Amino acid sequence: MIPTQREISDEIASLDGAAGAQPRLDYPPYRSSALRHPRHPAVVLDPEGVELASPVFGPRDVGELDADLTIQHRGEPLGERMIVTGRVLDGRGRAVAGQLVEVWQANAAGRYIHQRDQHPAPLDPNFTGTGRCLTGPDGSYRFVTVKPGPYPWRNHRNAWRPAHIHFSLFGTAFAQRLVTQMYFPGDPLFPLDPILQSVTDPAARARLIAAYDHDVTQEEWCTGYRWDIVLSGPAPTVFEGTGR
Amino acid sequence: MSGPEGTPGQTVGPFFGYALPYPGGDTLVPPGRDGAIRLAGRVVDGAGAGVPDALVEVWQAGPTGAVVREPGSLRRDGWSFTGWGRAATDPTGAYSFTTLRPAPAVAGGPAWFAVAVVARGLLDRLLTRVYLPDDPDALAGDRLLSSLPDGRRSTLIARPGPDGYRFDVVLQGDRETVFLQHRPGHPG
Ligand SMILES: [Fe+3]
Repeated sequence: MIPTQREISDEIASLDGAAGAQPRLDYPPYRSSALRHPRHPAVVLDPEGVELASPVFGPRDVGELDADLTIQHRGEPLGERMIVTGRVLDGRGRAVAGQLVEVWQANAAGRYIHQRDQHPAPLDPNFTGTGRCLTGPDGSYRFVTVKPGPYPWRNHRNAWRPAHIHFSLFGTAFAQRLVTQMYFPGDPLFPLDPILQSVTDPAARARLIAAYDHDVTQEEWCTGYRWDIVLSGPAPTVFEGTGR
Repeated sequence: MSGPEGTPGQTVGPFFGYALPYPGGDTLVPPGRDGAIRLAGRVVDGAGAGVPDALVEVWQAGPTGAVVREPGSLRRDGWSFTGWGRAATDPTGAYSFTTLRPAPAVAGGPAWFAVAVVARGLLDRLLTRVYLPDDPDALAGDRLLSSLPDGRRSTLIARPGPDGYRFDVVLQGDRETVFLQHRPGHPG
């Protein structure tokens, strides 16, 4: 039986507020996690060797134009044009400079160009939905894109993901590697989404949501969102409550 | 904790395949190059099935044991060894890298790869190490390995293969890979 949203929402409610600034890896409302979460807690160790460093990326890896998702084709993509910008910091609040930030997202209609995405919303011939940049000396990143639409998925009946942009980041050390998703403020799908709600601490969840910033918005051109990212490495409680 | 609070991770989801993998990602050195080895295996779930929508990343020292500080991983020039690579799993959950054997970071210690794994269904990235099996004394003296119970230690040690090494990432189950969490506060 495919669960209903109500059943999933009840499961979400029963797990909400549990400690943990990171997502619970064992999170039954996200059905795909069932066979893909480790049952053992992570083993804590002091990093050594390459773990104390990160790979180096440079202008050879990432071009200036790779951060503009609206100029990759002949025409302009449809949708709400916007700038997404912010700073990448480490756990001590220091700028992570010159590091790789990768993004990917659905188009304005909520459709990925990925061939496994069978959502019957239109593809946009002027939008691929991938971008890359290197952070500046102050840790800043900046992408020009269009706002992604929400999209259905098959976790349960009538399941919809809130609009989001996927982010992949490197820090100054291997343990700071972060793969996450950025959300838009005020999305009514937040409480229904088991992926966002897998972060059961509401304060931590809020750190995944960008802020509308009128100082980033550009006159007669686009809206602006700001989202700062903190690469702390895992918190000590990361595996707490994973079914042990 | 004095610094800002960390941004939580989230699953890589199902649709990274057109965004994160790139040509040459799994080829840290060309296969024919002197000293080229293969590091290959599968990402496996709790039912023993291959995970076809996972991404494996390696980060390693080169043949001198020193940390490589060389850009160009995303657009390889065919000569420079950058120490970092990325491979998506195939429909059977298999991944494969062509690379150089890492030397130990510390003389007399064991050699290992640092590895990160993401997948659909996996809500945060996982980190681990892949130890080379060649030097039993070095493995026996390793701090991490000797801290692990017998049944778990071997999950971190690659098996020799004809062309290099085999290593399976087992996300869940009897042979579940040991995953790691680095203690904060190091000088990085
Ligand atoms: Fe998505």
